[in-house]
Amino acid sequence: MKDIRYIFAIKEAMEEEMDRDENVFLIGEDVGLAGGSFGASKGLYEKFGPDRIVDTPISELGFTSLAAGAASCGLRPIVEIMFMDFVTCCMDSIVNQIAKMRYMFGNQYTVPIVIRMPEGGGLNAGPQHSQCLEAWFAHVPGLKVVMAANPYDVKGLLKSAIRDENPVIFIENKTLHAMKGSIPEEEYLIPIGKADVKREGTDVTVVSASRLVNESLKAADLLSKEGISVEVVDLRTIQPWDRETVFTSIAKTHRLVVAHEAVKQFGFGAEIAAAVAEEILDELDAPIMRVGAPFVPASYSLEKYYVPGAEDVKKAVLATMERTF
Amino acid sequence: MGKPSKEKMIEMYRAMVKIRKTEQKLMEVFSNGEILGFLHVSIGQEAAPVGICSHLTEADYIATTHRGHGHAIAKGIDLKMAMAELFGKKAGYCLGRSGSMHLADKSRGIMGANGIVGAGIPIATGAAFAAKYKKTDQVAVATFGEGATGEGAFHEALNFAAIKKLPIVYLCENNGWAEFSPMSIHAPVQSVTKRALAYDIPAVSVANDVLEIYEEAGKAVERARKGEGPTLIEVRSERWYGHYVGDAQKYRGKENVAQAMAKDCLLNFEKGLLESKVLKKQDIEKINTDLDAEIEEAVRFARECPYPEVSEMMEGLYL
Repeated sequence: MKDIRYIFAIKEAMEEEMDRDENVFLIGEDVGLAGGSFGASKGLYEKFGPDRIVDTPISELGFTSLAAGAASCGLRPIVEIMFMDFVTCCMDSIVNQIAKMRYMFGNQYTVPIVIRMPEGGGLNAGPQHSQCLEAWFAHVPGLKVVMAANPYDVKGLLKSAIRDENPVIFIENKTLHAMKGSIPEEEYLIPIGKADVKREGTDVTVVSASRLVNESLKAADLLSKEGISVEVVDLRTIQPWDRETVFTSIAKTHRLVVAHEAVKQFGFGAEIAAAVAEEILDELDAPIMRVGAPFVPASYSLEKYYVPGAEDVKKAVLATMERTF
Repeated sequence: MGKPSKEKMIEMYRAMVKIRKTEQKLMEVFSNGEILGFLHVSIGQEAAPVGICSHLTEADYIATTHRGHGHAIAKGIDLKMAMAELFGKKAGYCLGRSGSMHLADKSRGIMGANGIVGAGIPIATGAAFAAKYKKTDQVAVATFGEGATGEGAFHEALNFAAIKKLPIVYLCENNGWAEFSPMSIHAPVQSVTKRALAYDIPAVSVANDVLEIYEEAGKAVERARKGEGPTLIEVRSERWYGHYVGDAQKYRGKENVAQAMAKDCLLNFEKGLLESKVLKKQDIEKINTDLDAEIEEAVRFARECPYPEVSEMMEGLYL
């Protein structure tokens, strides 16, 4: 095992896959000479050169659709979108083209493409550099949506995403880039579509992803001192999400909290809550609680009150513990 | 490059007639209600797809538009499977899922028509990127109308292709109408070639004349194959039947439509072939009769094929 930061785990995943398969290449703004605006591709330009680490003009739509064309002709692009907010500039590419190309063309084309982007607050970067938009993509048939909570997960999931034959929206979290964690020296993969029980518990299930997994683990620590046993389920993949693991956990705890950094309304937590209500409502002993950011644009000066954290998860768990049907 | 051989000219004439007749047939079956959704025909614009595709092999790529039947036919699409797709049948290229606006044939490098104006331009640019990446001699072609040149996708793609010297030809069919609006409303320039200047991409504007297009396309494709980068060709084209079939073109005036129809690229080519004795009247009749039979056979095939089952709707979303 070795210790590594999240951002370097991303780099290792890309590097290993580029070593393994010469059709894999990275494209995006400042990914080459500059090494990536968050440093994810540091050193890769020197190793692989400008043909495989491709710097682009500031043109998210252009280079994302270009990657779609390249993927349909046998390449396996990794696209880096500097901030998730900028993905709004390439919605045609992702929603109308990439998500649909395989199905729409009668399975003639496959589009193995990974679109990486960091989301979330933590830099006081304000309304246009802090958004969490994963639910948009989870709502579009044809895309997979993956979110990694720690260095071990980000490496294993990214390698699987690069090998996946389907388009994958791969969401990082800016505050996690500096996070340290332990990973094996040898190669490993983490399957897409499988959740991970990050902590076992018996009283409440917290279903979460990305940074909020770590916040939920902190909340679980705090709550254990109060005698409440929390099970933390990390979805890892938002689309397609792992119903079996979530439902199995709820059948054990009978209480559910869903937690994400995105605004609460219409977030992925709503889909999980709705699916639980449709399919296993009788397993629940109390109403479902949701944790998410307030329904306003991300705040610059009040960011620490805007972004949800462990305290919010703790409150939601206590709220569901107090209620009963 | 110069003029095509006699055999090539006959092949080109045949392709143009095939496009014209296929789309005339499509208008007929569309008005019967046999094909659904929207239908955009390119009647009057047959010269451009034939002029460019005469220089392409099956391995070369083309990304087309909502008005894309002509490009697909010129690139050699199988008419039966294409017709089946337009009829929404399972035997179609896209398993009946997508219809006219998404006609694609991977085996012939047809990367798909596109329902989004301008969206195919960066996708074709990606195909050119892949060709260069893999060091093949393949060329990509992006077709679009002048309306698409208002889209960011057009500018972003040209900018990147010029920087990287990608093997691509941008073929703009300027038919003067962006859906329902004339070019004077949406562009400060009256020739799309001026747009290419900003990207240092060589550009040429040609008449709706298949031999003229053939000549310029030949130079552009050769440039691309040699690794000398992109070229833009504007064809001053004519749209006869409105944005979609059923568009009454009230915004346009009958005189303007009549003028467009008077500049018939197919008829002009036919006259030239007769005058230069490349073809005789009987040859032309035979080509027309043979194509009528081929198109009828494709329609018969499409009519007889089954629709996809509802139970198949959920298949193939993910691999």
